[in-house]
Amino acid sequence: MALQQLTGEDLAEKVAAGVPESVDGMVDGALRVKSQKIADVANFMKSDSGLDFNFLNSISAVDYIDHFEVVYHLTSLNKRHTAIVKTRLVGRDDLTLPSVYHLWRGADFQEREIWDLMGISFSGHPNMKRIMLWEGFEGHPLRKDYL
Amino acid sequence: MPIKTEPMTVNIGPQHPSTHGVFRLRVTFDGEEILEVEPIFGYLHRGTEKLAEERNYTQIVTLTDRLDYVSSMINNQAYCLAVEELLGVEVPQRAKYLRTLTAELQRVASHLMGIGFFLQDLGTLGTPLMYAFRSRERILDLFEMLCGARITVSYMRPGGVFFDAPDDFWPALDQFLKDFDAEYKEIEQLILENEIVMVRTRGVSLLPLDLAINASVSGPVLRASGSDWDWRKMDPYDAYDRMEFDVPVATGGDNYDRFWVRIQEIHQSIRMVKQCIQQIEPGPTRADVPLILRPPAGAEAYGRVEASKGELAFYLVADGGISPYRCKVRSPSLINLTVTEHLLVGWKLADMIVTLGSLDINMGEVDR
Repeated sequence: MALQQLTGEDLAEKVAAGVPESVDGMVDGALRVKSQKIADVANFMKSDSGLDFNFLNSISAVDYIDHFEVVYHLTSLNKRHTAIVKTRLVGRDDLTLPSVYHLWRGADFQEREIWDLMGISFSGHPNMKRIMLWEGFEGHPLRKDYL
Repeated sequence: MPIKTEPMTVNIGPQHPSTHGVFRLRVTFDGEEILEVEPIFGYLHRGTEKLAEERNYTQIVTLTDRLDYVSSMINNQAYCLAVEELLGVEVPQRAKYLRTLTAELQRVASHLMGIGFFLQDLGTLGTPLMYAFRSRERILDLFEMLCGARITVSYMRPGGVFFDAPDDFWPALDQFLKDFDAEYKEIEQLILENEIVMVRTRGVSLLPLDLAINASVSGPVLRASGSDWDWRKMDPYDAYDRMEFDVPVATGGDNYDRFWVRIQEIHQSIRMVKQCIQQIEPGPTRADVPLILRPPAGAEAYGRVEASKGELAFYLVADGGISPYRCKVRSPSLINLTVTEHLLVGWKLADMIVTLGSLDINMGEVDR
């Protein structure tokens, strides 16, 4: 059975029914959700028997100057499909996103890395500290304004 | 009168021969038993993702060599697949086969190193390591014939490979395959079912399947816990859709199974190399792409391969310029380390070294 890529259209209706007022649109085959709902959406996508996303491939953050985008790549090893979920954080200071650590342990180092290099902190993560750089380092070097 | 004891915290590393690079473990021991573990890394952090934003798409190939420096061919492949997805370029057939062939040879070299150092960590003082390096050297010699470099190969390019293989490459490859069968049999006879290896590794540091999946563990470590997930089978890239191979799976999830899966994967890789030699046909080795690549603004790609350590992926975002706007590396070594604490707590100091060896991490890729 080949791997199936679920697009934003495939997911939007289901996610909107499972987590009300969470969907924020669709972009390039990905689903965009509201940032404060990301942990609820992740929980729904993991526990819903039709979606069953039990594997978190990666979490990436992209700095678009006026906003940050956090991208979750997900796979279901049982149902053999993948999906991309994105969320937006507007602004540059005191950025916080709900953590998905308690759903997928694999988020542990990746969320710490995003805090370290991009400066987005994750609420609910039990060990939110720098990972590549040392404590006391100033700034977040992967941001576009870090020179 | 009982002797009073108290737990002691020790730093293993960052300079320690068993940590395979600059990696530190802060461990609290009760006698020899491990109570707490905290992995600390970042000593080799070079900011590869930031550097990539300053270089053009072709130059970044050289940065990928330096991630997991014992399997640079596979890193090249993951990156090139991502750029090709951005550009929408179709790679010529011959290039696809050359990529599959070199990637599988590289997997053999990387797994040989994993096996060799695993046994070194068990305390074998060099002999099996030299047996493994004997064959690995031959593979590196083959790479030298292809591209002039042994470790930092930069052989693949977006759109194909840099050079076609020279004429004397094919007889040298045949000779290597002939010799390798005998050499590898020798290694297997020495170590598989070896009583000391079995006693030291069977049932040690168990990784249950549900935790492995939950912690995003991938590659041989995941397959040693009972999953048959292999991206070469699930989402074939390059010429893997035309390759016949099996995915070795073990169900124990202990140190021995992680080691056993790597040994079996070498057989499958050699099988694929032989199929590539049979199926490859003459033709161009690089698609017609401009010297300076400019993928369209807003394009995104997630180029993913099954690397020797696990799922390696490049997440690229283009802004229409000559460099990627964002180049994120999904590194299997880093994410496989998530389970260190679970694997080590409750076991002894000597097992800790072996368990780290069984995870087969590479610090170039952990720290990037």
